Amino acid sequence: MGNKQTVFTHEQLEAYQDCTFFTRKEIMRLFYRYQDLAPQLVPLDYTSCPDVKVPYELIGSMPELKDNPFRERIAQVFSEDGDGHMTLDNFLDMFSVMSEMAPRDLKAYYAFKIYDFNNDDYICAWDLEQTVTKLTRGELSAEEVSLVCEKVLDEADGDHDGRLSLEDFQNMILRAPDFLR
Amino acid sequence: MAQPLAFVLNVPETPEDPEGQEPSPYDESEVHDSFHQLILEQSRWAAEEGLELQRREPGTGALGDSGSDRQALLGPEDAPAHSTATLRILASMPSRTIGRSRGAIISQYYNRTVKLRRRASRPELKAASRSARPSLRLYDLELDPMVLEEEEKRTLLVKELQGLPVAQRDHMLRGMPLSLAEKRHLREDSRSPRGKPRTQQGGRGLLSCCGQLRDGCILALHNLGLALLSGLQALKPWHYALKRIGGQFGSSVLSYFLFLKTLLAFNTLLMLLLLAFIVGVQAAFPPTPLGSVPAFTGLELLTGGGRFTHTVMYYGYYSNATLNQPCVPTLDGSQCTPEAGSLPYNMPLAYLFTMGVAFFITCITLVYSMSRSFGESYRVGSTSGVHAITVFCSWDYKVTQKWASRLQHDNIRTQLKELLAEWQQRQGHRSMCVWLRQVAVLGLVWLLYLGTTLGCAVAVYTFSELVIERPVSAEREGALLALPVVVGLINLGAPYLYRCLAALERHDSPVLEVYVAICRNLILKMVVLGILCYHWLGRRVGALKDQCWENFVGQELYRLMAMDFIFTLLDTLFGELVWRLIAEKKLQRGKPEFDIAGNVLELIYGQTLTWLGVLFSPLLPAMQIIKLLLLFYVKKTSLMANCQAPRRPWKASHMSTVFISLLCFPSFLGAAIFLCYAVWQVKPSSICGPFRTLNTMYEAGKVWAGRLEQAGPGVSWLPWLHRSLVENTFPVYLVSALLLAVIYLNIQVVKGQRKVICLLKEQISNEGEDKIFLIDKIQCVYERKERSRIGRTEAAVRPPALLIDDADAC
Repeated sequence: MGNKQTVFTHEQLEAYQDCTFFTRKEIMRLFYRYQDLAPQLVPLDYTSCPDVKVPYELIGSMPELKDNPFRERIAQVFSEDGDGHMTLDNFLDMFSVMSEMAPRDLKAYYAFKIYDFNNDDYICAWDLEQTVTKLTRGELSAEEVSLVCEKVLDEADGDHDGRLSLEDFQNMILRAPDFLR
Repeated sequence: MAQPLAFVLNVPETPEDPEGQEPSPYDESEVHDSFHQLILEQSRWAAEEGLELQRREPGTGALGDSGSDRQALLGPEDAPAHSTATLRILASMPSRTIGRSRGAIISQYYNRTVKLRRRASRPELKAASRSARPSLRLYDLELDPMVLEEEEKRTLLVKELQGLPVAQRDHMLRGMPLSLAEKRHLREDSRSPRGKPRTQQGGRGLLSCCGQLRDGCILALHNLGLALLSGLQALKPWHYALKRIGGQFGSSVLSYFLFLKTLLAFNTLLMLLLLAFIVGVQAAFPPTPLGSVPAFTGLELLTGGGRFTHTVMYYGYYSNATLNQPCVPTLDGSQCTPEAGSLPYNMPLAYLFTMGVAFFITCITLVYSMSRSFGESYRVGSTSGVHAITVFCSWDYKVTQKWASRLQHDNIRTQLKELLAEWQQRQGHRSMCVWLRQVAVLGLVWLLYLGTTLGCAVAVYTFSELVIERPVSAEREGALLALPVVVGLINLGAPYLYRCLAALERHDSPVLEVYVAICRNLILKMVVLGILCYHWLGRRVGALKDQCWENFVGQELYRLMAMDFIFTLLDTLFGELVWRLIAEKKLQRGKPEFDIAGNVLELIYGQTLTWLGVLFSPLLPAMQIIKLLLLFYVKKTSLMANCQAPRRPWKASHMSTVFISLLCFPSFLGAAIFLCYAVWQVKPSSICGPFRTLNTMYEAGKVWAGRLEQAGPGVSWLPWLHRSLVENTFPVYLVSALLLAVIYLNIQVVKGQRKVICLLKEQISNEGEDKIFLIDKIQCVYERKERSRIGRTEAAVRPPALLIDDADAC
C-alpha cells in the first residue's frame, strides 16, 4: 500500500487510521463520499487542512441517513458546533462510531447524546416523547405516547428522579444485545 | 450552490484491486444526483413535515440550564425554578459532568491510563477490546480531590499516554468519546517527545534504545496487521451481498444468511480434515478394481449409486491394509526391512482416528460458539425492560431503503401498540371461562399435532419396512428414491399443516408462537430421522448380510440430501415465487414474508444428514458445501424478488443463539450418538471397507494398542492410558461428577449475583431520593440567604421575629 493518493499526507492518513476504526482504503472511500456530497466546497487536497463544512442538508441526504428518523440529532451530535454542519473530521468520527468495529460503550455514549434532544445530559420525559414520536412517525396518539414514556421511565429509571442519566441508559443497554448493530 | 452542476466523478482507482474499487453499496445514481434538486427536495420535505433544526442551547455553564425548565426535578414539592446558585452547584455535580465536559472525560481517561500503567502485568488487549458489557466501573469519578484546569488534565493524560505501548495507546484513543480533532492532537502530543519520560527515570540509555527499537517493531507489525486486515476484508465472501440483504430486510433475515455462512465454515473444516487424512491418501493409492465399472448415467447424481459406488465417495472403497508399505509382510508376521523414504499408512486406524478427531473438533467449535453467542445475548438479572428496549434498541440502523425503513416504523408502532394493549389487558381481569376455553383449545391443538406427528412417523416406518421386504434389483435404481421422496414430502408438507393448526390457537406473545412452531417442526424432523437411523442400523444390517451395508447407508444419506435440496428448491419456487404472483394478482395482498424459522430448520436438517453420513461417505461434506453455495444464491435471488421482511420483530442475536443451540443439541448430539453406536456396537460388513475383518470398528484401535504393547516398553504408556481412561469406567464417573459440581457452583454464583443486583438497584433508588432531598435543602438554604439578604438591604429596622420565622421555614 504505497502513498498513491494525493489527498492526505502520509502522517494525516496514519493519524486517521490510528484514531478511527477504519483502514486506509475505507478512509479514502469515506473521503470520496464526503467529497461527492459537495464537490464544489470540498477540495481534493486536504494536506493543508482546509476548514470546510458541508451543510446539514447535504449530510442528511446521504442514503444511510436519509430514512433515519434521528438523522438531525446524529448530525448535530457529531458536528462541531452542534448545528449539523460537518467537517471531514466530524464525518469520519460519525462513521467510525456507527461502524461495526466500535465498542458498545462508545456507541452507548453517543446514543445517549443523540436521544438527549435538549442537551441537558439527561433523557427526560420530553426527550422520550420526541424519540417515540420520531420512531412511530407520529402515528401513535398523544395518550399512547405518554403512556409509553411513563413505562420506559418506570423500567429504566434507577434513581427515580424522573429522567434517565447516562448510567441508567447504559444499564438498560446491557439487556439489549441488539443495540446499534 | 443554486446552479445545477455538471458533476464529474474523479475517483483514482488503485491498481492493486483486481476488480477496481469495490462498488459502493448503493446505486451510483442515488449519490451523484444533481445537488440543486436535492436541496429543493430537502427544503420542500422539511417544510412539509415541519422538521426544523433545533438551535442548541448556547453556553455550557450553569446559567444555560436555567433557561429550560423542562428538566425540572419531579420532587415532592414540584418546584421548577431553582436559584442560579443552586443550578451552578447542580451543573458541576459529577454525574452531570460525565456526559458533557471535556475536562471530565480527559481526567477519567487519565485515571484509566494511570491504573493501566500501575498494574504489575499489562492486561491483554483482547480483554480490553469490544466488551459486550459496558463496564460502569470505567466511568469512575475523579480520584484526585484537587480541581485541575482542563489544560493541566490534558497534559497529565498526554504524559500517561506516552508511557503506554503503541498498540494500547491507539486502542485507548479509538475508544475515547472525544471528537476526532481532539484525538489527533492527543496522538500528536503523545508521540512527539519520545525519549523524555524515560530519560527522566535515571539515565537508562540502553533501555531507551531498546524501547525505541521495540516501539519501531511494534509500529511496523501494526501497519502490517492493518494491511492484512484490509486484504482480508476484500476476501470475505459475500460481504457486499450480505450488506444489501441487511439494508433491505433488516438484521433478522440477515441472521439466516449468516447462519448459512457458519454452516459453510463447519463443513469446510470437516472437509479439509477428511481430504488430508483419508480421501487424499486413498485416492493416491487406489485399490485393485473389483469388476467392470458401470457407465455413467445421469441418475447417479440423484441416487449416488451406479458409477459412484466404487469411488472414494463411499466407505467400501477404502482398503483395510496399511498403504504404501514397502514390502508385503509374510503370513507368519516376520519383519521386513523398510526402504528409506516410504511412510506406511495404516488406513483403518487413520479412518477411525480422523473421524473421531473431526467430530471432536466440530463439537468443541460448536460448544464454544454456542457459549459465546449465549454470553452475548443473555444477561444476569435482566428483568422485563421491554418498553425501554423497544424504544431505544429496536431501530435497525443497518436499514437504508425507504420502504424498508417505513416498514420498521410500522413494526415499531405495532409493537408498541401491542405492548400497551397487553399491559391494559393484564390490568383487566380475565374471566375463568375465557381462560378455560384457551386451555381447551391449546390442548386440542397439541393433541392434533401429536397425532399428525405420530401418523407421519408410522408412515415412514411402514414404508421403510415395505422397502426392505421388496429388495430392489440393481437395474431399477430409480426405485430406491421412493423412501427419500416420501420423507421429503413429509418435511415439506407438515410445516404448512402446523401453521394452519397454529392459526387456531392464540398465544399471548408472538415470540412464543415462533418458538412453539420451531419446536414442533424440529420434533417431527428428529423423529423421522430417528426412525430412519433405526431402520439402517437395526434392520438393514441384517437384511444386507453378504453385501456392503455401509455403502448402502452412505448412498441412502446421499439420496436424502439430494431430495432435500430438490424439495427446498420446489418450496422456494412454490412457496415464494408462485405465492407472490397469486397474492399480488388475485388476493391483492403484499408479498409473502420470508419464513426465517422454517428455512433455518431446513439448514439444520441438512447439516444433520451430513453429520450422520460422514462415517459412511467421507465426501458428503463436499456435497453439502456445494448444496449450501447453490442455496445461498437461490435464496438470495428469491428473497430479493419475492419476499418482504417479517412483520414480527425478531431479536436477531437471540435467534442466532437459538439456531446455534439447536444445531448443537438435537442435531450434532444425535449424529454423535449415531456415530458412537455405529463404531462401538455394529459389526462392519466383511467384504468391504477398512474394518472388514474386525468385529466392531473400534477394534482397530484396540488392535493397534495391542501391537504397541508388544512393540516395547517405550510406548507402553499409550495403551496403559487408553486402558485406564477409555475402557475403565471410573474416570468417566469422576469427570461427570466434577462437571456436575462445577455447574452447580456456577448456578449458585449466578443466583448470588442476582440477589446482589436487586440490592444494588434498591441502593441506587435510595441514593436518588437522598439526592433529591439534598437538592431541595440546598435550594431552601439559598432561598433563605437570598431572602435575608433582601431583608437586610431593605428597611434597616425590622422586627427580628420575622427572620426567625423564615429560618424555621426550611
